[in-house]
Amino acid sequence: MAAPETVIPELEHALDVPCLRPGAMEGLQPFVAKPEHNEPLGFPGELVPDWKEKALEKMAELADKNRGFRVYLDMCVKCGACTDKCHYFIGTGDPKNMPVARQDLLRSVYRRYFTFAGKYFPWLVGARDLTEDVLYEWYSYYHQCSQCRRCSVFCPYGIDTAEITMAARDILAHVGIGQKYSNEIIGKVYKIGNNLGLPEPALANTLEGLEEDIEEETGVTVRLPLDEKGADILLVTPSADFFAEPHVDGLMGYAKVFHEAGVSWTISSYASEAANFGMFIGNYENMRQISLRIRKAAQDLGVKRIIFGECGHAWRVAYSFLNTLAGPFDFLDQNYPVPQHILDFTWGEIQKGTLKLDKSRNDHINLTYHDSCNVARASRIGDYPGSQFEIPRNVIRAVCNNYHDMDRDTTHESTLCCGGGGGLLTDDLTDLRIKGAAPRMTAMQKLTEEHGTTHLAAICAICKSQFTKVLPKYGYEMDAILSVHQLVSNAVILTGQETQEDAGEPAEAAQAP
Amino acid sequence: MLSVIYAILFWAAAVILVAGLGLRIARYARTPAPLKIPTTPAPMTRSGVVLRMAREIVFFESLFKSNKWIWLFGWTFHMGMWLVLIRHIRYFTHDIPGWLALAQPFGTYAGFAMLAGLLGLWARRFLVERIRYISGPSDHLMLALLVAISGSGLMMRFVVHTDIVAVKVFMLGLLRLRIETLPTEPILLVHLGCVAILMIVFPISKLMHAPAVFFSPTRNQVDNPREQRHLAPWAAKLEQ
Repeated sequence: MAAPETVIPELEHALDVPCLRPGAMEGLQPFVAKPEHNEPLGFPGELVPDWKEKALEKMAELADKNRGFRVYLDMCVKCGACTDKCHYFIGTGDPKNMPVARQDLLRSVYRRYFTFAGKYFPWLVGARDLTEDVLYEWYSYYHQCSQCRRCSVFCPYGIDTAEITMAARDILAHVGIGQKYSNEIIGKVYKIGNNLGLPEPALANTLEGLEEDIEEETGVTVRLPLDEKGADILLVTPSADFFAEPHVDGLMGYAKVFHEAGVSWTISSYASEAANFGMFIGNYENMRQISLRIRKAAQDLGVKRIIFGECGHAWRVAYSFLNTLAGPFDFLDQNYPVPQHILDFTWGEIQKGTLKLDKSRNDHINLTYHDSCNVARASRIGDYPGSQFEIPRNVIRAVCNNYHDMDRDTTHESTLCCGGGGGLLTDDLTDLRIKGAAPRMTAMQKLTEEHGTTHLAAICAICKSQFTKVLPKYGYEMDAILSVHQLVSNAVILTGQETQEDAGEPAEAAQAP
Repeated sequence: MLSVIYAILFWAAAVILVAGLGLRIARYARTPAPLKIPTTPAPMTRSGVVLRMAREIVFFESLFKSNKWIWLFGWTFHMGMWLVLIRHIRYFTHDIPGWLALAQPFGTYAGFAMLAGLLGLWARRFLVERIRYISGPSDHLMLALLVAISGSGLMMRFVVHTDIVAVKVFMLGLLRLRIETLPTEPILLVHLGCVAILMIVFPISKLMHAPAVFFSPTRNQVDNPREQRHLAPWAAKLEQ
């Protein structure tokens, strides 16, 4: 089945408001999960016969269990402030991708069954019956939302479309309409320990290979320990860091930083995954089950600290939810943040002066930085608000000479999603992902015109994979996306490492007449 | 007869408004927020959250960041409305304190600001394609109701004066559960009728945004999930 070639949206500015194109993305949907993907997660295998009652039951339950869901359904005044804030709307022009319209797909049903106005005057308040068509409309448009929360920044009441999207997906899963991509991955976490389904022997092998790579490059032995009991630090990182580019270069960067800092650390094969797709499917119980693996790994290995690698939504779950889902972490060393972000650690080491850095090693790169949505709008990295913006930039500036920020209205808390977050990083949604990346790519292109920017750094595994795929569509090389710790890795000179200067100068001297 | 109808209407409206608001707010307060979801950067202390909320309520901070036109019209309307409401306290209190007397001229002219803001917001529902798309009949009706209220109010103040002394007697009577005689000018009846409708629909409409905003987790939560464990009662049961 050949999909029609994606038409790359041409935006003059990153935040250009498109004309409405009703139905532009209608019917687009990711593959529906099969029974074998749904059942291990506790969901029915396929659409249940009494789906209507079950869906409404679940909706009522969520309204009772989640204050955000309830007030957000009630309080929207349709002011329109959010209408031009979604990257998928900017990229597609489909009005149902405007945050308020996306919420209304569910709000209209909520009103019909749970509000006075909707029960007795449905036409007045746009209330509608729940039908099978509505379910599949939800499935389509709630999988065109990356839960990036950009709209919630601009809403005068802070209405968070991500909460509605999560609830909608949870309701769908409860009647048997799960998303294959997310559910299959969660199944692998339960069965094997990570999203990729990488078993312990393969993981051990991979880490050994990386140790060899570092030794070959630097002449220094840097370890990437696995399942080492008694280590001080448990590193929990997205499994993409074990093999994907540019993620793996970031992992080597963490290893070098730990090595130079002289700390003992380990990866766990049981909790070899920072990602938590339970958040994407909006299901508390699954999110909790996945989180508990990290707690168990920390206890089994007897570590004192937990540090998370570069991953956006994982950091949201780690920073904002982990204490709730799998706490309390009173068995860990309370002198350190639980959990800590790898950039917080690295920035601390840079400030202490433990890392010898040669910024010129990144001189071939003209860089900008993409604030990942979950780090920017749903977490913090350091000990003050906004440190999630400053610490990555501080680290970058310490290891890289050529750096420029994109326009302020597309960075920090106003950052644009990469287009692949929220469980949409799947090939069946490529068209949407390319279009949704248009605003971010347009902001970068502007910087390229002004400053000759060549590369984009990010601290999210999904952003990195997404950009690898979409950068070429916007005139960049696929390897124009970098891990922040890849830049650190490039710049750091390990203790005992022979640099090119050391090796090169005598040779030149010998050649001189 | 008319006085009786309006008296009953207002008593009923007041009961519905208070009881309805009370029930809805109790419901919001009772519903737990299972996870920490403040939109960051967020304040790390309770007092910081109060300040953040105050900026939202008083200045519409997020809306200002979002869209200057909506902010201009929305803020003008709401602030005008507050001044107008304050001015109207004179109809419900026997003696008029100094500050209330002082507020009268402000409240009068704020009526124009309120109306202008409303008309601006309404115009956007027709003129801006995106907002036209998301506007339903109830959104237009709500604006029509508010325009009718402020328009009729301004008419009585500047064009066809009504016997406000008699209106005050009627209102003070309502507070003491007595029915006094209400003047019968049609414009006054429209004004009061629309206000009663507004009170009645308040708890079952989007007007609930006013109390609900205080319950919005993205705005009212403290950014301290690592320092303090946050656990909903129903989630605590999962741990047993």
